[in-house]
Amino acid sequence: MTTSSTLMGFVHRRRRGAELFLLVLALAVGVGGYAAVGVGVEGKVPADIIGYGGWLAALIVAAHIVIRLVAPYADPVLLPLVATLNGLGLAVIHRIDLGYAARGRETSFAQQQLVWMTLGVVLFVAALVVLRDHRVLARFTYTIGFGAIILLMLPLLPFFEPINGARIWIQLGGLSFQPGEVAKVMLVVAFAGYLVLHRDALALAGRRLLFVDLPRGRDLGPILAMWLVSLGILVFQRDLGSSLLFFGLFLVMLYVATERPGWIVVGGTLFLGGALAAWKTLGHVQDRVDIWLHPFEYYRNAQPPFSDQIVEAQFGFGWGGLIGRGFGEGDPTRVTYAESDFIMAAIGEELGLTAVIAVLLCYGLIVERALRVALISRDSFGKLMATGLASIFAVQVFVVIGGVTRLIPLTGLTTPFLSYGGSSLVANWVIIALLLRISDQARRPVPDLSADEEESDDESTQVIKL
Amino acid sequence: MNRPIRTVSLFCLALFLALMINATYLQFWRAGALDDDPRNQRVQQASYSSERGAILVGRTPVAESVPSDDRYEFQRRYPAPLMYAPLTGYFTFGNATGLESAQNSVLSGEDPRFFVRNLVDLVSNEQQSGGSVELTIDAKAQRAAYEGLSALGDGVEGSVVALEPSTGKVLAMVSLPTFDPNDLASHDFGAVDDTYADLLDDPGDPLLNRAVQTRIAPGSTFKLVTAAAALESGKYDSADSLVPGGATFQLPQTSGDSGVVDNEGRACGTDEITFRQAMEQSCNTTFAQLAIEVGAEKMLEQAEKFGFNADYLEDFPGQARSVYPSQVNPPQLGQTGFGQFEVQATPLQMAMVAASIANDGVVMRPYVVSEVQSPDYDAETADPEELSEAVDPQAADVLTELMVSTVDDGTASPAAIPNVAVAGKTGTAQRGVPGEPPYAWFVSFAPATDSRVAVAVMIEEAPGQEIAGGRLGGPIAKAVMEAIIS
Repeated sequence: MTTSSTLMGFVHRRRRGAELFLLVLALAVGVGGYAAVGVGVEGKVPADIIGYGGWLAALIVAAHIVIRLVAPYADPVLLPLVATLNGLGLAVIHRIDLGYAARGRETSFAQQQLVWMTLGVVLFVAALVVLRDHRVLARFTYTIGFGAIILLMLPLLPFFEPINGARIWIQLGGLSFQPGEVAKVMLVVAFAGYLVLHRDALALAGRRLLFVDLPRGRDLGPILAMWLVSLGILVFQRDLGSSLLFFGLFLVMLYVATERPGWIVVGGTLFLGGALAAWKTLGHVQDRVDIWLHPFEYYRNAQPPFSDQIVEAQFGFGWGGLIGRGFGEGDPTRVTYAESDFIMAAIGEELGLTAVIAVLLCYGLIVERALRVALISRDSFGKLMATGLASIFAVQVFVVIGGVTRLIPLTGLTTPFLSYGGSSLVANWVIIALLLRISDQARRPVPDLSADEEESDDESTQVIKL
Repeated sequence: MNRPIRTVSLFCLALFLALMINATYLQFWRAGALDDDPRNQRVQQASYSSERGAILVGRTPVAESVPSDDRYEFQRRYPAPLMYAPLTGYFTFGNATGLESAQNSVLSGEDPRFFVRNLVDLVSNEQQSGGSVELTIDAKAQRAAYEGLSALGDGVEGSVVALEPSTGKVLAMVSLPTFDPNDLASHDFGAVDDTYADLLDDPGDPLLNRAVQTRIAPGSTFKLVTAAAALESGKYDSADSLVPGGATFQLPQTSGDSGVVDNEGRACGTDEITFRQAMEQSCNTTFAQLAIEVGAEKMLEQAEKFGFNADYLEDFPGQARSVYPSQVNPPQLGQTGFGQFEVQATPLQMAMVAASIANDGVVMRPYVVSEVQSPDYDAETADPEELSEAVDPQAADVLTELMVSTVDDGTASPAAIPNVAVAGKTGTAQRGVPGEPPYAWFVSFAPATDSRVAVAVMIEEAPGQEIAGGRLGGPIAKAVMEAIIS
């Protein structure tokens, strides 16, 4: 890689001006959306539009300036995409606040989300400033991996209450926090560090069976461990989505590291086996599948399982049609958790298929940019990390939006950057910071070492006393 | 590692494509089916909270949407609820009847004719509003009919229908007992449920629009159809033609009292009498014999030309088919001649019989919506439509003459209007249940030439009154006709 890019003499441009222009467009979406919600629902532009818009602009401009200073070669498209999604999410959450208010339920999700976004941007900035080279993280592979496992197990401690049947929250002084969201970023880093070290052993040893190179038995250890962790999350935390996410992530990274499809076969088989066993033995998994297949039969059931959420979402999507009802003209709060897991249903209802596709394109572009970073990255650790972050993003978007639109059974996951939810928002901002850091490293021109080498030839060797 | 990364990229592309295809399927192809799901509260709520158009009589609304302070934004209001309830129907959450149901696409604004306007609304972010529907109803005639029928006292069950003979416009449509649609349009859904349950339990069936939904034996008013068939047969050609008469008539294939038709003491001669006298005195013996002379096939044909056994009311829901039996034996055929046996007619049907006689024998399709107005007041007027020719003009003239005589010198005299030639016919139909009071009928039109209004009055129950078509129905018909003519 290093040689090819220098040989062709190709140097990436910084494109920070383009980023700024795109950020203006992103702000137009965020602030315009907020204003449109006010006009649509209450008939007037919200009174705090200046303060709100100013705050949003300040956050985004701050992020932009920090990128200019500490990661000038970073990908110019990622931040605008994220700013667009976060701004749109805030507007829609504000809309849902107003919807709840009309039903007599006082919520301030949008304000809280703005606070979380601020925290997310602060962490984003901190990550970029503190972490000047992502490869530093490789040093802490096992520490980070261990931390991730601890975070994942935290909610299982007896003094944390399960919410909606899932043990994935911890409560700290009135705030609920999903440690799994942070754990997923840490897992990507840990997997990347581990796989960089062990990829040769995993890739080269093994035997061939039916055109597929199967790994050695002793190398199966980590994958089995990860499989067990995923199953553990499914069984003990009753969190189908995260379970799927972690295992899928691990498989993809394993495959990329070893370049051997055999791992996919083994992992896929394990996953299918685990999923089948879970479906056979776990009642709540069976219910999910039944509701997925026949939601209308469970609609307005007197006793569980209920499918009202998914059916109301379906009605909402249909009601929205191609261009949506417009802010204030739909009834998105008919869907429970419209502000978090089901925010896509609210977007589909009031902004229509057009906005749904636009949001999907934004997500798709984020994944595409992240994978591009992986392709041009000069080091294996960066490649693996970028691929992992891209995959976790893609799989999460697929699992949650696929679940909400009834493409696959519904699992509880947040929609990145759109959904109300602090842990997820903060974690995703950090993911973007990591991606920008890797891309800065990848796109930065290679330091011209040729002159130094010539000079060093002339100099005599220094002897350093050890 | 780039090869697997490219594979992963393709995999991610597949994931996103799947999401996009699924979203498109859901929001485009499946949207219609989802909207049509009866459990879809969004669709119901939207139709409930939108500004519906008004139902107008002249320029006065009889149903309108007024802004309300609650979450449904608009409240449906009926300014003259009792008088117009059978027409307007009611509009409640998830349910509508009458014109509220039949004209829903216009009132809600979803009619394809409003497509361009709705597109403009969408772009300018205006809420879609509904179009208005103007009725053919004449306010004075409707009031006369409603007050006349109500005047018969509490517990009256009956209906009045008035038509404009030359066009088929419904000028009045009243049904009693009635209900207050305001109670059903309330946003207090608990109270609405209670009211609705009470209305369903009411033995008088107030939710029924008797003008189009109740069919009962038309009795002697059906003699107009029999007379038409007799004239069309060619055997008789004037009011002075001699027809079979007699104080009694033994139906064919019968013996004994049950097969004897009599005239309840009215003067119907012995052997032959004039057509005029037979109609004036409403001679059952004559019309039983005429029906048998004409034959079952021709009787059926004649009845169907007037609209029996058919659906013709297109802009109003729930029309019951009036019935003339297709299978009759000779004694039954005789009974059908004076509107008994299985002959059944709605008040609208009998009004159509009178109206087509008044209109030179041409039956016009009855309609209640004269004009559809878009929210921008672009109007689209309904055109009268010819349904069939029941009798030729000469026969219509003879029938008119017979009916005028019936008012001037016969049983229909209560409908006489000074200085106006009124044509009319009474009916008092047996229920076929011994001891039960009969039904009263009255059909008429005026003026006899170039007539402007045809009326049918039907009274099923009038507690405390002696049921007789002429005495009960005549004055009501007269009042309605006067309301139009004067």
